[in-house]
Amino acid sequence: MLRAHGISKRYGGVIALAEVNFEVRFCEVVGLIGENGAGKSTLIKVLGGLVAPDSGRIEFEGGAVSLRSPQESISLGIGIIHQELSNLPNLDIASNIFLGREKTKGKWWLDDRASRAEAAKILARVGLDADPAKPLGALTLGEQQMVEIAKALSLEAKVLIMDEPTSSLSAKEAETLIGLVRRLREDGVGVVYVSHRLDEVVALADRVTALRDGRNAGELAKQEISQPAMIRLMVGRDLEPASARQASFGEVQLRADRVVTNRFPNEATSLEVRAGEIVGIAGLVGSGRTELVNAIYGVEPRLAGEVTLGGRPLEANNPRASIEAGLVLVPEDRRTQALILASSVGDNLVLPRWEDFARNGLVQSAAVREETQSLCATYGVKAASVDVPVGTLSGGNQQKVVLAKWLSMKPKCLIVDEPTRGIDVGAREEIYEAMRELAAQGVAILMVSSDLQEVLALSDRVIVMREGRMAGSLDRALATEESVMELAVG
Amino acid sequence: MILLVVLAAVVWMLNRQFLSPQNLTNISRLVGIYGIFSIGAALVIITSGIDLSVGSMFSLLGVLLSIMLVGRGWSPWIALPATLAFSAMLGSIHGFLITKVRLQPFVTTLCGLLIYRGLAQYIAKDETKGFGLGTGFESVKAFFKSSPLGVPIEFWIMLVVAALAWVLLHRSVYGRHLLAVGKNEEAARFSGIRTQRVIVIAYVIAACLTGISATLMAFYTNSISPSSHGASYELYGIAAAVLGGCSLRGGEGSIFGVLLGTLLLQMLQNLVNILGIPSSLNFAVVGAVILIGVIADRLLSGRRSG
Repeated sequence: MLRAHGISKRYGGVIALAEVNFEVRFCEVVGLIGENGAGKSTLIKVLGGLVAPDSGRIEFEGGAVSLRSPQESISLGIGIIHQELSNLPNLDIASNIFLGREKTKGKWWLDDRASRAEAAKILARVGLDADPAKPLGALTLGEQQMVEIAKALSLEAKVLIMDEPTSSLSAKEAETLIGLVRRLREDGVGVVYVSHRLDEVVALADRVTALRDGRNAGELAKQEISQPAMIRLMVGRDLEPASARQASFGEVQLRADRVVTNRFPNEATSLEVRAGEIVGIAGLVGSGRTELVNAIYGVEPRLAGEVTLGGRPLEANNPRASIEAGLVLVPEDRRTQALILASSVGDNLVLPRWEDFARNGLVQSAAVREETQSLCATYGVKAASVDVPVGTLSGGNQQKVVLAKWLSMKPKCLIVDEPTRGIDVGAREEIYEAMRELAAQGVAILMVSSDLQEVLALSDRVIVMREGRMAGSLDRALATEESVMELAVG
Repeated sequence: MILLVVLAAVVWMLNRQFLSPQNLTNISRLVGIYGIFSIGAALVIITSGIDLSVGSMFSLLGVLLSIMLVGRGWSPWIALPATLAFSAMLGSIHGFLITKVRLQPFVTTLCGLLIYRGLAQYIAKDETKGFGLGTGFESVKAFFKSSPLGVPIEFWIMLVVAALAWVLLHRSVYGRHLLAVGKNEEAARFSGIRTQRVIVIAYVIAACLTGISATLMAFYTNSISPSSHGASYELYGIAAAVLGGCSLRGGEGSIFGVLLGTLLLQMLQNLVNILGIPSSLNFAVVGAVILIGVIADRLLSGRRSG
């Protein structure tokens, strides 16, 4: 068996894993569950030798082992199927399976015949009927997933860790994959099955381990496994009383009508945000939340549907027009999408509106300096001066720069994607306070967040997305961690 | 900058001829011509793009200009603006292909390099073109040969272009947008900057500056051999921009730096000539100095950032 004991891992000030215990036996499927950011990915990386834990012990087949590199994990017989497929679509199936340990004739020459014959045997074992000489890219995602598993088996994996293996598969493909997992278990493989699709976990798992905030949240034995029981473990904590803010809302400011995004071309989503209202969009990573708000704002293609702000339609795919109409977006990735890290704080603050500081097309530096200094003071940006590169600031201060940049333009509607990702607790509260104040001033706010507590603490209404679709909309009174998670995982 | 002064001093010590009026006039003429299109190359490099078609444009534009003025006998008041407009059109085609069709700048302008050279050779029937026998544009010829205050007209034009480019890059709204797009196109787009328009404009300006340089060059040499005229000038432009502090990753650069880079390159060429170094070593010397320059810059900036 594979057993991890007391594993801890910190990233800077953030605790990813704290004294986590985990084990998987041969001939067993263990479901590993938890919310976004609960520590599942870090634990998988530790077991795969991709991340070295700060402390803790790992035992395999009874002896202590140290996993300092992926090669060491692989040579012990621990295989990982990552969520994002990591293959080379232009190479054929056999070459993908034997990538890095190619079959050779003599020392230098590839032996295609041997590798294809060997590949065919392994493909038969996973039940995939495909010619090993076919390019991998010609297969469906589900079939590619099978090839990944075949590759792990060819390494004689005794423990197979599968991270969201069905997230990009159709229902039918997922069913095939589940059948394969069952067969692997009969063959004696220990499987760690990480999935947000709790129905699959119910169907497969012999045991469930839940993580929450980087700690063990509990175990469920075979007969205890059920969706409500798992959600309770994942959410776990006592519910906080809803905050006392009781706002009155104005007219509908932002209306999205049957908006279709590139990522989910078959789903159309509609929503409304009223003046003074904070609407939170919850859902799992990959459920299409970011794509939706980006399409509303215009930085990602809007394939169909209409967006209006204050009743006036907004041009698709034109962020400039959105900004001029009063709709702004604080994007998900602060470092690549929101800021030019190498530029100064001041330059970032006036990035969308250099025109306002120009006379006859020429920038008036003094006016820029005056404005940016006053913005830093107003929004509490702590920087040595407006001339330092914004990349040298802390995450919280960077986010304040992003907010100040937009708020100085007096928007009617603010979209915030992951407002506090990577931001420490103190600055977090300041950002929440700023958002509440904005809403009180009548700004409509649409917020995407993977932090459920954040969604519940701020939102007047919660929209839950699942696989590109709106799974439900909950008023503040009805929104609890359980009800939101139930909609999110389906 | 220091490199430049040192180099000038070394050359002067080795050969007093360097400061002769004749030599200085020659240098400033070439610095003028090279400086103008190098500024264009720098603007494109700031978008994190590249323009490889400069040399071939020199050839094509020179051939066309000669045909318009000599072959057809057009008035220079039509021929010169037509040359500029044609350059702008080529630049906007580059920009369109790069932003809308999403081709890579390298590939796009590499095709330009081949196409324009080929067209020039075809149109000129591989004959060398010039303005020798042409009439009707004597005043223009005289203008391009003139040296107000003893300084060649090419240098004056470059100063004007540089002053305008300096204002554009360092003082205008467009300049801020250009630098922002070069540093982080995605963040610029999220902030509502029309990034594609910014990039297209950079290619159009670069092509126009190439057009101006090409006109000056055509009148200076008065002999345009379509297969070799302007060959590998794009590399001098890129080298000047890089020596002048532009990063090929984009978002960085200054007009002053580009002028210094041009000056340095021209002095090197000159040095090879007057010091009697075999001219076959010309490229090797230039390459070595650029390499030393960028290595020195790398080491110095590496030390600064710890």
